[in-house]
Formats: sequence, structure tokens, C-alpha cells
Amino acid sequence: MDGGVATSQTDLGPLVAEWRAALGDEHVITHRHQLRTYESDGLLQYAVTPGAVVLPSSTEEVQEVVRSCHRAGVPWVARGAGSGLSGGATPVPDGVLISLSRMRRILEVDLDNQRVIVQPGVTNVAVSQAVGPTHFYPPDPSSQIVCTIGGNVAENSGGAHCFKYGFTTNYVTGLELVLPDGELVRLGGKGLDPPGYDLHGAFVGSEGTLAIATKIWLRVVPKPEGVRTLVAFFGSTAQAGEVVSEIVSSGIVPGAIEMMDNLSIRAAEGYTGAGYPVEAGAALVVELDGSEAECEARFEHVVAICERAGADSIRVARDEAERDLIWRARKAAFAAMGRVAPNYYVQDSVIPRTRLAEVLGRIEELAREYDLQVANVFHAGDGNLHPLVCYDGRNEGEAERAEECAGLIVKACVDAGGSITGEHGVGVDKKRYMPEMFSDADLGAFQRLRCAFDPEQRANPGKVMPTPRLCGEVPGPYRRHPLEEAGLAERF
Amino acid sequence: MAVATAEMLVEELRRAGEEGTPVRFRGGGTKLGWAANRDAPERELSTAGLDQIIEHNAGDLTAVLEAGVPLARAQAAFAEAGQMLALDPPDDGATIGGIVAAGDSGPLRSRYGGVRDLIVGVQVALSDGTVARAGGKVIKNVAGYDLAKLFTGSLGTLGAILEVSVRLHPLPPATTTAAGGSGDPETIARAAREVAHAPLEYMGLDVRWGGGDGAVLARFGGAASREQADAAGGILARAGVEAQVVDDDESIWRVQRDGQRSADWAVVRVSATQTDLQGLFAAADRLGGRLVGRAPLGLCWVILQDRSPEESDAAIETLRRDYAAVVLDAPPGLTADHWGPLDPAARGLMRRVRERFDPAGVCNPGAAP
Repeated sequence: MDGGVATSQTDLGPLVAEWRAALGDEHVITHRHQLRTYESDGLLQYAVTPGAVVLPSSTEEVQEVVRSCHRAGVPWVARGAGSGLSGGATPVPDGVLISLSRMRRILEVDLDNQRVIVQPGVTNVAVSQAVGPTHFYPPDPSSQIVCTIGGNVAENSGGAHCFKYGFTTNYVTGLELVLPDGELVRLGGKGLDPPGYDLHGAFVGSEGTLAIATKIWLRVVPKPEGVRTLVAFFGSTAQAGEVVSEIVSSGIVPGAIEMMDNLSIRAAEGYTGAGYPVEAGAALVVELDGSEAECEARFEHVVAICERAGADSIRVARDEAERDLIWRARKAAFAAMGRVAPNYYVQDSVIPRTRLAEVLGRIEELAREYDLQVANVFHAGDGNLHPLVCYDGRNEGEAERAEECAGLIVKACVDAGGSITGEHGVGVDKKRYMPEMFSDADLGAFQRLRCAFDPEQRANPGKVMPTPRLCGEVPGPYRRHPLEEAGLAERF
Repeated sequence: MAVATAEMLVEELRRAGEEGTPVRFRGGGTKLGWAANRDAPERELSTAGLDQIIEHNAGDLTAVLEAGVPLARAQAAFAEAGQMLALDPPDDGATIGGIVAAGDSGPLRSRYGGVRDLIVGVQVALSDGTVARAGGKVIKNVAGYDLAKLFTGSLGTLGAILEVSVRLHPLPPATTTAAGGSGDPETIARAAREVAHAPLEYMGLDVRWGGGDGAVLARFGGAASREQADAAGGILARAGVEAQVVDDDESIWRVQRDGQRSADWAVVRVSATQTDLQGLFAAADRLGGRLVGRAPLGLCWVILQDRSPEESDAAIETLRRDYAAVVLDAPPGLTADHWGPLDPAARGLMRRVRERFDPAGVCNPGAAP
């Protein structure tokens, strides 16, 4: 038996033999050093070595693996590219990691009906490539070159263009799921409003805790005729925030509208040399897309609003190269933080856009109090803040201080009427904040859905919910669970 | 029974759950003739008292509404700020709670999505007395399961909707529609598809067909709505549909919305696709039906007029051989099931979901999938 298997609480040995026979030796990983590749997703501070990793290539193989886990009572975690930022694909130590990376076939491109059917391991960018140049797939997380549609479905991924175009959930019209007992279920398809409950709607964003999607029906839309991009620089984020409000309240829905504060401008400029003035208090990237006529009329209006609000300078992209340059600084903001500090916590909170000045003020206060630098990169249209709490992990206690500061920032956002996460998901990283947003009864209602799909809670256990909850028998007589008797869990 | 407050509704529902007495929830009472309500329980909990617009955050383009708020009243309030909830189902008296529970929609769906795409949060009451929220009131939020979508279109079979949070959109200052007709089903379907595939930002893109005659309608509402409508008119003309461009277009779209309802005949909502449209026109002709539809989505409403209940039942069965088709308005004597056939595994999963949310099985049980 291999090292990885021997350390797991459940003896995976017999299952591993079964999977090797079904999937082929090379698609079942049990060597400890190979398992390490899978111990984290994009959030490296959470690392757990899984008991085994399996790489099924078909729905039938996924069913086979899940069914055997069901029989043996082994928990599992499904994983796409592992680019998530909430620890949502962190393995469980005595469980199996099911990587969907081999299921990367585009099954059908039906451009006549503006639908694409894919396997979960297809990358986000591959969908747009498959329907170009006339169409595109709007959700565009910044990891789109590597992240998979299966992962996007699990996390309900957004991206820079989601203020106008919506999120993954608005583009999924059907799903084929392997339930935790191995049963195959088809929900929806190419048409809208299929009979019965909107379970595909409830599934998107469920973070791998309900089932595994093995086939996904997606809607694609015509590519806009025109695009206009500008970046305007302001003295302060408050001033830029006013401009965002004015643009939106004048009836303009930009394709993207992104804000960076001074610290992120400086870091990004040092990293990319995109020509952003390092003394600017805020940079506002505004992109309009749509029909040429519509774009032109709206764009003039946006420029006028920026000028009236006292922009220090406005740069309008004259061609694709200049547009790329404007975006380069924005897209490099996270990577550039290495120039500010060796480590950072990235938060993903959302606030009502009108509370921006107040919340940024509070973040500044917290940064001072904790003696840390906090950079702000902001999807300004939909209020999705990405505060980056910078720290140096080599200094004793600084990581803990940064974590505490990040937690208070999340709280400030929820107190302002927002959310703990806009696009990264709860995963393991933010589950402790769930009670800030949801009452016990709310969490209980979530658990009802979980229990309908996965009464034994083998799918991605330990994610999303802040504390373990049980699934009662429904219907049927009440029986106390051993964990409940031991006082280790509450019955829902 | 009309309840004055959410607390009273919660208590009445809890009591019904305890007693095992089935109940249904009533908003504006505009969809009680749907097939799903055919065997509805006599005990009724009305949301008429839950009629407050709790928040309208104009700067954030969001609102929080109690379930019993009539959509028309909410729209009037939003319009004062130059905003709208981009939902335009046909019934004037409908409440937001009823529209969410029915998952109903109108022509704006082609551009803005349906209820499922505009609802960002929900508060519900369950039959064991639980009151729970999901989602929030910001437009971007992935914390927790999306129970708002689960309750959308659930027809009151999981619990009562007390409150919903929605995303709003700017109200276009003016609209322009390019519209044209043809007696050739292939021409209508193709012309609609050409516009759906063009890089134009329509507010609505509809078709209608009946009695051997059809129309395509493309509506625009942006800063350059006239230019876009002219462009759409050009596309329609090249596809063989002579189109007129009109600014005063409200009545044209009223007809489309009204085509989703009938006081006398069965109405079936068909989940088709763009390429199904032509075939569906032909099917409507064969079955004696007329239809309106959202061209880019393939979602159509077929009215089976001048047909006896038996003939309508047979027509619905025929439609269901090729399409998923849900029966909305159901005249007396019609026996066809509301939902129609479902994948047995999906139905099993839906039943397990319902057992978890309404273990007492008292929430409008006849309408459950």
C-alpha cells in the first residue's frame, strides 16, 4: 500500500484497487509526493494531503468513484483547476480528491441556439474561443485561462464584466449531476424554465457540497460591436466613487468599471509601467461596450462626467494596444502586491456602492490601528471590494494581526449591508464569517438543501457551513445521532 | 385568510404545519386558474397585508419588497427615480411574491433575464415556523446557497415568500420598436434569429404566430434606440420581413404580454429553442393554437383556443412529445398535469428537496413537482 493511503483514517486500500482497475493505474494517485500537488487550491495557507487523487475521464467513471465512496463512507472533494481563492477545493485528509481535469471536451457548439455543452474540465477561455468571433461567454474571472467551467459553476464565478453581463448562474441553462450516492440527474438543458424546481439555479455556487457536475449547458451571447475604454485619475477614492455613482445613476451600464487606490496604483505601475501617475489618489477604468452608436453616445457622456468631477487626467484608449495597456495595470494589481509586502490576505467583500466612502474610511482606520498597509482594488459597479491586507509573514505575529484586521474589514462590509464574498466563495476561508451574515435559522435552511442532495454529507465536507450540522431523517421517527449524544453537533 | 403582518403569516403557517392542514398562499390572485392550482387547498393565506416597499436604494439600484406589494405600485415608485424592476409579466394586479412564486416573466426577459436573474435575496417562512433568509441585498454575493432561485417558480410548495430583494435597472427614457410580419413561418423564425445573433442590444425580441400569420418585434431603449431599431429593421428586411420602426410602441408589447394569458382557453409555456420556433409555429397551426415567444430564448406561450378540454389535453400531450411544456391557464375540464413529464431522477431529487423544506407536506401540495 502507498504512503498516502496508509495515513488516512479510512482504509482506502480496497477502493484504490477498484479505481485502478476501472480508471487505469496512472489515473489513481497515492504516492505522497504526487499527492502534494493537490494539497491546496489557489489559497495556499490551507493545505491538506488527500488520501488519494482520482482522475476520471467520463461521467461513468465519476459515478463509479462516487458510488464506491458512498458504499465505503468515504468523503470526497471535487476539483477543477484548483485556482479558487477560498480553499473550496482543499482536500479532506481521509478522503479522495476527484480531479475533473481530464473531462475537458466541448461536447457541442450550437451557435444557432447560442448554447454550448461542455464537460466540467473545459477552461473558461476555451468556451469563448469555441464560439468566436461572433459570440462570447461573458463571465470572465481573471483566472480564465486556467480556471474550469466546473469550478466556475461551483463558485458562481463573476469577473470584471459581470456588472453588466451577470455571473455564471445567469449563463447555466442545464446540468448533468452525479449525486453523492452515484445517481445521475439531468436538470434543465438548452431551453429555459424547465418543469419543476430551479435546482440548476440552486446548484450553481454550491461550492462542490451537493454533487459533481459532469455536463454543463451554457448560454453564449453575440460579441458587442464596439468597445470604448478610458482610465481617469482622481485625487481620492471618494471622488472616484462619486463618479461611479453619477455614471450609474445617469442610466449608463458600463461593461466594466474598476477602481484602484493609490497603494495599488503604485504597486501596479512599478510592476507594469502602464503609465499610471503614481501620485494619483484613485484610478477609475471605465469600459463601455455595445452597438457602435450606443457606445459613442454613452462614452461622451462618461468623459463629461469625469471632467466635471475634476479628474486630474483622462486617458482614452485609441486602439486595442492602448486598451490592453490600461487593463494591464488593473489586472496586475494582485501580482504586484509582492512589491509592497511578501504576503497578503485578499478579501472579497461586497458593499452597497453608495457606502463606499464610509467603508473605505473604516478600512483606512483599521490599517492605521493594526499598523498594516491595505490596498484596495474594487469592482466598482457592483460594490465588490478586494482589500489586500499586506504583511510580512517572517515578522512574529504579523500574519495573525493581518488576519484579524482582514476579519474586521469583512465585518465592516457586512455591517454596511453587504456580503462576505462576491465571487471567491466561502470555502474554508470565510466560513467563520458566515454567522456575521446569516442567522442560525438561515444556516438551517441552507442545510435542508444540502441534506436533500447529500444526507450523509460526503461531498466537500467542512466547507461553507461554519459548524458541522447533521441531516435528520425525513420523514421518520427521531433518532439521536452519536455525535449529537456526545454533544459534538447540533441537530438541525 | 388575510394576515396583517409577516409574523401572523408565519404563525398561521406554523399552525397549519402542526395540524397537517394544507394551505396555499395568495398574492394578487391572478394565477389561481393555473393547472397547478386546480386542487389547491381551501385554506388560503393571503399576503395582502405585507405590502411595504421596505427599501428602495436608488443609488445602488436595489430594492427590498414585501411579498404582497403589487408590481405595478413598485414600478411606479422606481420610475420616480428613473429606474425599473425589469420584469413585465402580463397580469396588472400581480404581486411581487406571486410573480416570484410563479417564476412569471414578460418580454423584458430577453434582455434582462427572468425573476431568477433579478432576485438577489429572499426571506421565507416554512411550515415548522422557521423564518430564514438567503442571499442579501447587494447585486453580487455568493455566500450560502441560492435559495432565492429555489423558491422562484416553486408555486408555494416549499414555503411562503415573505420578502424579496431585487436588482433594478435604469428605465430607458424612450423606446423604439422595429416590427414586421409575414405569413411564412420559416421567414419569421429566420428573421428573428438574425436579429438575435446581431450585435444589437434589444430590450425585447419577440415573435408571434397564429392562423397562418406571424410577426417579429425588436425593441430598443438605449441612448441610440432609433439607430439600433433602424439597424434591426434592415436585418428584418434582408430576411424577408418588411419592418416598420415605431416610437409609440407600448400597445404592440401589451399584445405580446396579453398573449401569455387566456380567460377561456388553455395556455401552455413551452421551453423551446431558437431553432425550434419554426416547428413550433407549425405545431401551433396543427393544434389550432396561437403563440407569443421570446425569440432569443425560445420560450413560448401557446394558447389552445376554440378547443374542447379533451382536445386541449390531447394537444398538450402532443406538444409534450417534443418539448417541455408547462400548463398555465387551465379551463374547467382540462386534466393535463401542470408540470408534465420529468426525468424520474430529477423528480426524485425535487421531492427530497420538498420533504426537507416542508416536511409536514402542507404547502400547496397539489402543485409540487
